[in-house]
This record gives sequence, structure tokens and C-alpha cells, in this order.
Amino acid sequence: MDDKITLAHGSGGEKYRELVREVFLPAFSNEYFDPLNDAAVLDGGAKIAMTTDSFVVKPLFFPGGDIGSLAVSGTVNDLAVSGARSAYISVGMIIEAGFETAVLLKIVDSIAKTAREAGVRVVTGDTKVIENRGASDGIYINTAGVGVFEPDRPIPPQKIEPGDRIIVSGCIASHGMAVMNARENLGFSPPIESDAAPLGKMVRTVLENPKNAVRAMRDPTRGGVAATLCEWVSQDTDIVLYENALPIKPEVSAACRLLGMDPLFIANEGVILFSVPENCADSVLNSLKSTEQGKNAAVIGEVKPGSGKVIAKTEFGARRRIVMPRGELLPRIC
Amino acid sequence: MRYGIEDVINGIRALAEGLGDVTIMEVCGTHTHSIRRFGIPSILPSNIKLVSGPGCPVCVTAQEDIAAALDIADQEDVIFTCFGDMMRVPCGNASLYSLYESGRDIRLVTSPLDALEIAKANPGRQVVYFAIGFETTAPHTAALIEAANNQKVENISILNTHKTMPQALQALLSGQKKINALLCPGHVASVIGANAFRFVPEKLNLPAAVSGFEAYEILAAVLKIIELCRYNRVDCVNMYPGVVTADGNRRAVELMYRFMEPADAVWRGLGIIKKSGLKLRREYARFDALARFEITHRKPEEPKGCICARILRGDKTPDECARFGKDCTPDTPFGPCMVSSEGSCAAYYQYRD
Amino acid sequence: MCLAVPGKIIKIEDSDAIVDYGGVTKRASLRLVDNAAVGDLVLVHAGFVIQVLDKDEGEELQRLVDETMRML
Repeated sequence: MDDKITLAHGSGGEKYRELVREVFLPAFSNEYFDPLNDAAVLDGGAKIAMTTDSFVVKPLFFPGGDIGSLAVSGTVNDLAVSGARSAYISVGMIIEAGFETAVLLKIVDSIAKTAREAGVRVVTGDTKVIENRGASDGIYINTAGVGVFEPDRPIPPQKIEPGDRIIVSGCIASHGMAVMNARENLGFSPPIESDAAPLGKMVRTVLENPKNAVRAMRDPTRGGVAATLCEWVSQDTDIVLYENALPIKPEVSAACRLLGMDPLFIANEGVILFSVPENCADSVLNSLKSTEQGKNAAVIGEVKPGSGKVIAKTEFGARRRIVMPRGELLPRIC
Repeated sequence: MRYGIEDVINGIRALAEGLGDVTIMEVCGTHTHSIRRFGIPSILPSNIKLVSGPGCPVCVTAQEDIAAALDIADQEDVIFTCFGDMMRVPCGNASLYSLYESGRDIRLVTSPLDALEIAKANPGRQVVYFAIGFETTAPHTAALIEAANNQKVENISILNTHKTMPQALQALLSGQKKINALLCPGHVASVIGANAFRFVPEKLNLPAAVSGFEAYEILAAVLKIIELCRYNRVDCVNMYPGVVTADGNRRAVELMYRFMEPADAVWRGLGIIKKSGLKLRREYARFDALARFEITHRKPEEPKGCICARILRGDKTPDECARFGKDCTPDTPFGPCMVSSEGSCAAYYQYRD
Repeated sequence: MCLAVPGKIIKIEDSDAIVDYGGVTKRASLRLVDNAAVGDLVLVHAGFVIQVLDKDEGEELQRLVDETMRML
């Protein structure tokens, strides 16, 4: 295998085969992937879930993860919140000519490792190589995922109801702050770690307990917890958020304070938001806390009859409205 | 006994009862932000009103200065550095962010000294630092110039829009009747000292308190202001003790004036205010980006129907603007108060009821 | 304006302080202050320590609040 990815590797010729044979096949090998057909033929259940997501994160490697682990976690978490068990994913890559093969191998390795952890198999893929746009360090990954629903398990309706409790499965804002610290060289030490991880097992632990019911589940990525809550409220509900109940790591909280950023609006890749009926809030919380990734889970709010507002309540009873975030968040200094 | 936040709120309510309307102006973007974020207006009695004055440096940066920033940042081989705050401020159809998206080398910094490091790492290129802010940030720019001068780093320059707070407040609040009291900016005061705000009671005849930024600190300052109003005392009380001293940070002020001197400045929405800005002293004028890049200020048109100038004066609140929340939103801002996340309009929009 | 955040100096290297903000540390210049030492609580704005904080700040603010509350 050459040291650099060149336009030839995207040509479909021998170089392309070499790339598939030496980079992708060893990493993803399984009975569905190995035939290398145009489409993988899969064993499906009666009802399946499908999703796709593209990953353009910079830097490619950051504390706690990289573009490869993110490309798997992001997609399998989207499947997990639909209530499905992730089964298969595809990996499509767009790589700039000149890209270091050694770096590609590291990314592919991370994809394979995260896929194993998530219990999914990479079953098909594609690679295109584009001209170098600058530093030859560009790689963009698209993953699509297919999940299957277990028979007889209720599918969350993805609709919140008045009386529901809102639960977050872990500390918020870690991923967004980790990536920003790494990208902008903000100099926080120790570096803030992303919590990006596949969360299918944690979600299944909740769904498998017959005492638990889940009305809605969401993976609050871009736009953070605030964006998901704003999407959840309908014309006749409000969500009241208990601001001081939000779990956040002290270092993440400190970094947010230093940069004038509100953690509610920062991206997550390792937490799930749940809306659950009041009478099973405790039991869902206990299920979450029994898992490694859900040990910091907390009830952070409730759904009330209302008019489509998300309202944060501060510790001394003041209220403020949370509205849909916009654009990329930038640090504020003055 | 120790007084908690509830006690302070009750204290404000008790003192405000029977008192006429009291309009308190705050002149710090971080105050605007904290007040909205903590939901403070929702717990104050209805006769106590908080309005935002010209305290957000992004909001008061003149359009011609933004235009100059874009003209410089759009040049080949320039590395333009600025705080995140300035990235999205539009001027016509462009902003630093849109230039960044189109491939210009625009970098976020969190300290002016980051710009110096970038200059040292890129000796073949011109690095420009967009210097904005009041007395809290101006000494930092002086420290940057000092370091560049001492270390003979000549490929750095600054686009200087620094402004000073007391001169502007004096110009803005002289002879007006709408504002009854002033919440003085704690971090500016930590540099220039609480005494620098003595002119508020002495010349403007308004009660005032220097305030911190936590909910408790802001409420404690409001409590003190209401007490002053209630007993007709005109004074300026330092309610940010331990951070703000009477004289402030002499070393920082001395450094600031060693490299810069008072100059007239253009405030967006307010026009030229005499001696309310800071310019590089002649010995250091070679670090001035306007001269280095031979930029002449162009005068872009102000957006039509925008009442930001009156909002900055405390005459109007954002919700009184016909464009507020309709075609003027944080995504498509027209006026300066919507552009900055610290601006009154943006804060109102972000935390609207 | 001006986002300034309190932290504690845990180390001094040349003319910089390493400031701990409760979980993360970041470097800040000491050029604007002349009396900072390891262990001091300081206020940091845009990469510079701008003030060494008085440890009794809370007490003093309580005293000022108390002054008003007594009038009620």
C-alpha cells in the first residue's frame, strides 16, 4: 500500500482495489461485507430502522475519540433512540489526495473497534478521492445504519406527554467542548475528553426492563440539549427544565464559563435524552444508573400543559426561556 | 445572619414598595447577558426596570471599523485574528465569518498574546489583531504592543477600536431624565477603580452601584441602588468588593496609557464622542493596521428602520422596535444590538418570555 | 462587557500563571499585576490576570447587604 492516498485510489482501478483489500477488508471483514458486492444482502426482521449521517469533524483526532469512532457512534445512537437494535452500517469516505495512509489506517481501526463495541457490522462501503484542497488532511465520512426491532418490544412513540419527566443519561456538553478545545488550541489542561460512545446497550437496558416505558428518546448532538427540548415541545406542551439538576463535569462547566458558552447548547455524542411517564421515572433512572454510561443520569425537567415553550428554572425561582440555538457557537470574550 | 438570594429579593421588594418607577441602566454586555440568563427581570417588582446601555463592545463598534476589518481580512497573505464575538458582525452582506468560509485565514483567539504567537510562527505573513473593548481589554492590547516592540516582532499590527467607558456615559447621560440609576460594570471598574465612577453621583446626579456578575451580586447591587433611591441618597457604592478597589489596577492603567492616548471615537448608534477612545501613541503608530494597509474608512449605510441607537441610549427597549424578532433576528441581524450575543436585542431574543 | 472568570494560581512559570478553574487549568499572563503569588485567587480576562482577589470578598458583600437589610 502506498504512503499517500492519491486520486488514483479513487479511480476504481487497481489502486482502488488495493485500498479496499489492504485497508478496509482487514478491518471490517464479515460474511456480509466480504463479497464486496454493490449492495450487501442482509438478513432483516419484519420492521427495520435506517439512518445516515456524515462526519466532517476537525480535528480528526481529539481527546476521547476521532472521526472514525464518531462516525460509528453517531449513527448507531440514532438507531438506538428509535428503539431499534443496530445491526449493520455502511462506511463511505471522501478523502483528499495526499492523505497519509497511516492516518487512514488509524481511523479505520477506530471504526472497526467502535463497531465491535456497538455490536454492529460494517457491511458495505465506498471511497472517493478528491483533489487536494489545502493541507491534504481532509477526510469526510458518511455512515448509514440499519437497525432491527425486537419482536413484541414496544416502539417509543417519540411524542412527549404532559406529566412526563425528562431524563438525561449523563454529563452534558463534554463532546462539543472537547472538540472545540482541540480545534481552537484553547489550551485547557488536562484536555477535555469527549464522551462519544455507542449507547445501544444502555438504551436496551432501559427498554428491556418491563417496568419502564419511554415516550421519546433523542441523541442531543448539534444544538445540544436545548435543541432537542425545543424540537420536542408541541403547541400544547411546555418543558420546564431544572437548571441546577443538569449533570456536567466540573472541567466542562469551567471551560464553558471561561468561553462564555451555555452548556445547554453544546453538542453531545455520549448522552441520550428520555421523556418518560412520571410513574416510571425512578425505574428508568435506576436502569440507566446500573450501566457504565448512564451512571450520572438525572431527572432534569418535566413536561407540562402549555404553549410550546422551553423554560429553565433557576435555583431562586427565576425563569428564562430557552429558544432554538442558531449557527455555530463561538467563544465570547468581551 | 447571612443573607441568601431570597432575602435580597425580599429586601428589594420591601424597599421598592411605594417607590415610583426606577429605571436602572446597566452598561456591560455581560450584565445584559447575566440578567437575562438568570431571569432577573422576572423576579423584580414591576416598578423596577433594567435597561441596557452602550456596554457591549461589539454593539458600539462603528460600521466603518467593521468595514475596515473586512477590507484587511480579505487581503491575500493576511492572518486576521479576533475574538469570537466579532466573527458574525455583518457589514453589508459580508462578515468575518463569511470571509472565513470563503477561505480567508481568519483565526479565533482568546488572548491578544495568541496573535503574537501566530505572528512569530508565520514570519512571512502579516498578522492583524482586531482590538476591541473597553478598559478591561485595552491594557491587554498595550501588553501585546509592548511584547511585539520588545521582541521585535514587526509582522503584527492592530486594528484599534478601543473605547473608554466614563467619557461615553457622561456624554450619554448628561441632561437626560429617563435613567434614574446606573449599575456600573464590575470588570471595567476592577481596572479603572470604583472612584472612576464617582462622576455618576457627582456630575450626573444619579445613584449608582458597581456590580459583579453572579445573580446574587447583581441583586445585591440592585438592592443597594433601591436603598439609595428610597432614601434620596446620591452616591456610588462599590458592591463588588474584593474584586474592585477604589483605585483599580494602577499597573494595567499605566501600561494602557504608556502605549495609547485618549482620542475621539465613533460609537455605533451614538456618533463621535470626544476623548472616548484610545489611539496608539506616535512612537508605536507603526503597529496601526489602518496605516500599514493604507485603509481609508468607508462609510457603510446603517440599516433602515433600526432603533439600536435609541436602545443603546436606554430610550427604547428591543421589543419596541418594529423589526425586532420579525426580520431582525440573531440569524439575520440588522442592528448592532442583535448582532452581538451580548447585545440587548440578542439577549432579549434569546431569553424572551 | 468583559467576561472575566475567577481562578486560583497553582504555578508560576516566568511571567505566566497556571490558573486552575476547578477541573481545568489554563495559562494566563501576569503582565498586568505585580503582586500575584501561588495560591492567590485571581480574576482572569482574555488571557491576563487583571486582579488579585480579596479572600474576604463574600464577607464584605454580606456586610454591605446587611447595611441595607437592617433598614427594613
